[in-house]
Amino acid sequence: MNVQVPLTAQDFKSDVKPIWCPGCGDYAVLSAITKALAELDTPREKIAFISGIGCSSRIPAYTNLYGFHGVHGRALPIAAGVKLARPDLTVIVAGGDGDGLSIGGNHFLHACRRNVDMTYVIMDNEVYGMTKGQASPTTSPDWCKSKLTPEGTGISPVEPIRLALAAGANFIARGFAGNPAEVARLIVEGIAHPGFSFIQILSPCVTYRPEEREWKQAVHASETEPAQIMAEAMHRLAADDGFTTGVLFAGNRAPFMPARDVKTTIADIERKFAS
Amino acid sequence: MAAYSVSVALTGSGGAGSMTAGQILLDSASKAGFYGLMTRSMGPQIRGGEAAALVRISSTPISSLDDHYDLLIAFDWGNISRFAAELPLSTDSLILCDPAQGPVPDSIATYGARVAPLALKALSERVHGGRGNMIGLGAVAALIGLPIESVLHVLATQLGRKGEEVLAASTASVKVGAEAATLLPPMPKLPEGNPHGASRWNISGNEAAGLGALKGGIKFVAAYPITPATEVLEWLAPALEKTGGALIQAEDELASINMVIGGAFAGLPSLTATSGPGLSLMTESIGLAVASETPLVVVDVMRGGPSTGIPTKSEQSDLNIAVYGLHGDAPHLVVAPNSSTDCLAATQWSVYLAEALQSPAIVLSDQAMGQSRVIIDKPAESPYVADRLVADADIDGYQRYALTESGISPMAIPGTPGSNYVADGLEHNERGTPSSQASDHLAQLDKRARKLQNFDYGDNWADVEGDGEIAVITWGSVTGPVREALDRARAKGIKAKLISLRLILPALPERMDAALAGVNKVLVVEQSHSQQFNKFLRGHYDLPADVSVFSRPGPLPIRPGEILTRLAVWE
Ligand SMILES: Cc1ncc(C[n+]2csc(CCOP(=O)(O)OP(=O)(O)O)c2C)c(N)n1
Ligand code: SF4
Repeated sequence: MNVQVPLTAQDFKSDVKPIWCPGCGDYAVLSAITKALAELDTPREKIAFISGIGCSSRIPAYTNLYGFHGVHGRALPIAAGVKLARPDLTVIVAGGDGDGLSIGGNHFLHACRRNVDMTYVIMDNEVYGMTKGQASPTTSPDWCKSKLTPEGTGISPVEPIRLALAAGANFIARGFAGNPAEVARLIVEGIAHPGFSFIQILSPCVTYRPEEREWKQAVHASETEPAQIMAEAMHRLAADDGFTTGVLFAGNRAPFMPARDVKTTIADIERKFAS
Repeated sequence: MAAYSVSVALTGSGGAGSMTAGQILLDSASKAGFYGLMTRSMGPQIRGGEAAALVRISSTPISSLDDHYDLLIAFDWGNISRFAAELPLSTDSLILCDPAQGPVPDSIATYGARVAPLALKALSERVHGGRGNMIGLGAVAALIGLPIESVLHVLATQLGRKGEEVLAASTASVKVGAEAATLLPPMPKLPEGNPHGASRWNISGNEAAGLGALKGGIKFVAAYPITPATEVLEWLAPALEKTGGALIQAEDELASINMVIGGAFAGLPSLTATSGPGLSLMTESIGLAVASETPLVVVDVMRGGPSTGIPTKSEQSDLNIAVYGLHGDAPHLVVAPNSSTDCLAATQWSVYLAEALQSPAIVLSDQAMGQSRVIIDKPAESPYVADRLVADADIDGYQRYALTESGISPMAIPGTPGSNYVADGLEHNERGTPSSQASDHLAQLDKRARKLQNFDYGDNWADVEGDGEIAVITWGSVTGPVREALDRARAKGIKAKLISLRLILPALPERMDAALAGVNKVLVVEQSHSQQFNKFLRGHYDLPADVSVFSRPGPLPIRPGEILTRLAVWE
C-alpha cells in the first residue's frame, strides 16, 4: 500500500543536466514550476509539459513529467491537441518569446481566443538565445548588438500581455525569474484558473543580454487586485511600464471543450450509405 | 465484356440545376439496380458559374469514366467552351439542347455528334412551377432506358420535405420530359437493372476516407478547410461527435498537424486531411512525427499544382512531396487508395499501419476519386483497427525509444504512472534524452527504418491482377481507367497484368520482383507532368528494360481507350 508522502519540488526534477548557461533566468523558472507542481498535488503522470524550440523550450526534459519537445513555434497547437484529446490531463506549455510570439505568433492569438484550459509560460528574454543573440519580437527597436540588425530592428516590440488580453486570454500574469516564489504562485493560480492562462516571465539571458540583470531593479509588484473585466484591464495596462508583476487579469470566460457523448455506433452511421 | 454502360454529361451555368439533375439521375440508377459513378466539373466561381455533372451508369461495377459521353444535355450553353475538352463526344453521341439557347458552340460542334432539339424552356412553361433541369432529367432517363418510376421514387424521397408543390412540379416536369423523348432519335437502352437494396452503397471517395478513418479507430481530428479535402472533414465532424470523438477546426495547417501530434501523443488515434498547399505547410511537423515516433494519418486529396494550382481538379502530382518532402532521413508511410471505394479500405489500413508502426502515414487520395460519387456493392468488412503497442505503468528506467528487434518500442501514454518520458524531435538516445552522438543517431535512424522495412504488409501493398508478359504499373485514381483498358484488352486477346501500387512507402522490392516475374514489357500510367511516379519506380524498383510511360498532367482525366491504344502498339 502506497503511503501518500507530500511531493517536493525536487520530486518533479529529472536527472538530465540543463544545457543552460550559468546564471540563465530559466533555472529559476524551472524551480518555480516544480515548486508550483509540488504545491498543486496533481498526480505527476496526469501532467503534460509541452514546448517548442529554444533554450527555454528545453525545459520539459528537466522535469520528470510526460512531455513533448516539438518544433520551433508549434508548442501551443501540440498542447491544444493533448488537452482536447485528453481533458483529464493538466497541460503546461513553456518556451521563448521568439518561439511563442514570432514563429508561433499566430498560434498565440488563436490559443488566447480558443481558451482551452491550459497554462502557457513565455520565458521572455527579449532575444533569441539558442541561435546566439538575434532580436526577438520583444526586443526594443534600438538594441544593436546583433550582427543581423546592427542598427537595431527599428520596429516596435510586441507587448505580450496586451496582446494576450486583446486576443482573449482568460488569465494574464507577469513574473520575474529573480523572484521564483512569486512565479511559483502565479503558476499555481494560472493552472487553477479555468481556460487559457498566460504568464509572461521576465527571464534574463545573461549571455546575450547581460544588462537584463538590472531587471531586478525595475520590477515592481502590482498593487491592485487582478482586473476581472477586460475594459478595466485594458485601461490599467495602457499605463503599464512592462515591469508590473502579479496577476493582471482574471476573466471568467468558459473554457472551450467539445462535447463528447456517444450517441450512436459506426454501424448506424454507415447504414446511411445504403442506396 | 458483356457489361453495358452509358455516359451522360449534364451541363449548364450556375442555377441551371445540372448538378441536381445529375445527382438524381445517379440515385435513380442506383434505385433501379445499376452501378454508377458521378464526377463533377466546376468552374472557379464560388457560386454559379458553369458546372457539369458527368454520370456513368453501368450493369457492372465501374471506377472509371468512359472514353466519351453517349449523351450530352446542355441546359444552356453558358461558358461551355471552358469544359469542351472534358466533354469528349463521338459521332454516335447525341447532343440535346434547347434551340432557344442558340446554336451548338463550335467547341462542341467540332466533335461531329448528332444534335436533337429539346425545347426545355417551352416545355417547362407547360408545367406550373416547371423546371428545365427536371424536364431534361425526364428526357435523359427515357432516352437511356432508365425506368421512370425509379426517378419518381427518388424525387419523392428527396424532394418530399420541400413541400407538395415542389414535388408535384418536379414530378410533372420529369413526366413531360420523358414524353418529349419519344420524339427524339433513339439511343441504345440500358438492360434490366438488378435492384439489391441495402447491399449497394452510394458514397463519395471523400466520405469513404472519412468512414475508413472512423472504422480504423480515429478519435481525434484537427484540420483547416481546403478544396477538395473539405468533404472528408465535413463528413467526419458529426460522425466523430456522435461516436465520442472530436474534430477541431485549427487556425492553419501548421496548427492542425501539431494538434494531431498532441492528440496522438496523448493516446488517441488522430488524423488530419488537407490538399497540396496544406501538405506543404505540414511537412516540418510530419518530420517531427517521424523523429518522435508519433502515429498519425494525413489524408492529402490531391489537386492540380504547384502553388494554389487548380483547386477543383485532379492531378497525381503530390507524390514527390509525400515521398521526398521531409528533411533528413525520414522514413514514413505513404498509402494510395486506387478508387473512390478503396478510399475506405486504404484509409482504414493506414490508421492501422500508423498506429502499429508509430509512424506518420500520408494517404494520397485525389480530387477525381475524392469528389466522385459511386454506386458500389457494400464494401467487405476490413479487420484493420488501431492497435498501438503501449508501455505498462512503473517501468523502471523506461526507455521510450528502446532499440527493439522489430524497431517498434512500447509507447507510454500520459496518465500511466511511473513511465513518463519526453517525446523529442531532437535526435535522442533510447531514453529520449537529446543526443548528437554519432552512435545514437545511427542507432535511431536504423530503428526507424527497420520498423517500416521489416513489417509484414500482407497482400495490400498492391493490386496485382491478370497475367501476361506485359504489365501496366499504375497507382491511385488512374487505376480505374487502367483496369477497364485491361478488361477491354483481354476481350481482344491481349494478355496483360495490372500492378496498382497501394503501399508507396516503404517500397517492397521483393514483392515487386515477384509480381514482375515473367514480365518483359512495362507500361507506366500516371497523371503528372514530370513523370513523378515513373521516376519513383525507377528509384525504388528494378523494372524490365522495356518500359514505356503514359503520363499527362491534370485536369484532363486519363481514359481507358487511350491506355488501350498504348498497349495495342506492343501487339
Ligand atoms: C523552423 C525553424 N526556424 C528556425 C530555427 C532556429 N531557431 C532555433 S531556436 C530559435 C529562436 C529561439 O529564441 P526564443 O524562442 O526566444 O528562445 P530562447 O532561446 O531565447 O529561450 C530559432 C530561430 C528552428 N529551429 N526552426
Ligand atoms: S543563451 Fe541566454 S537564454 Fe540561452 S541558456 Fe544562455 S543565458 Fe539562457
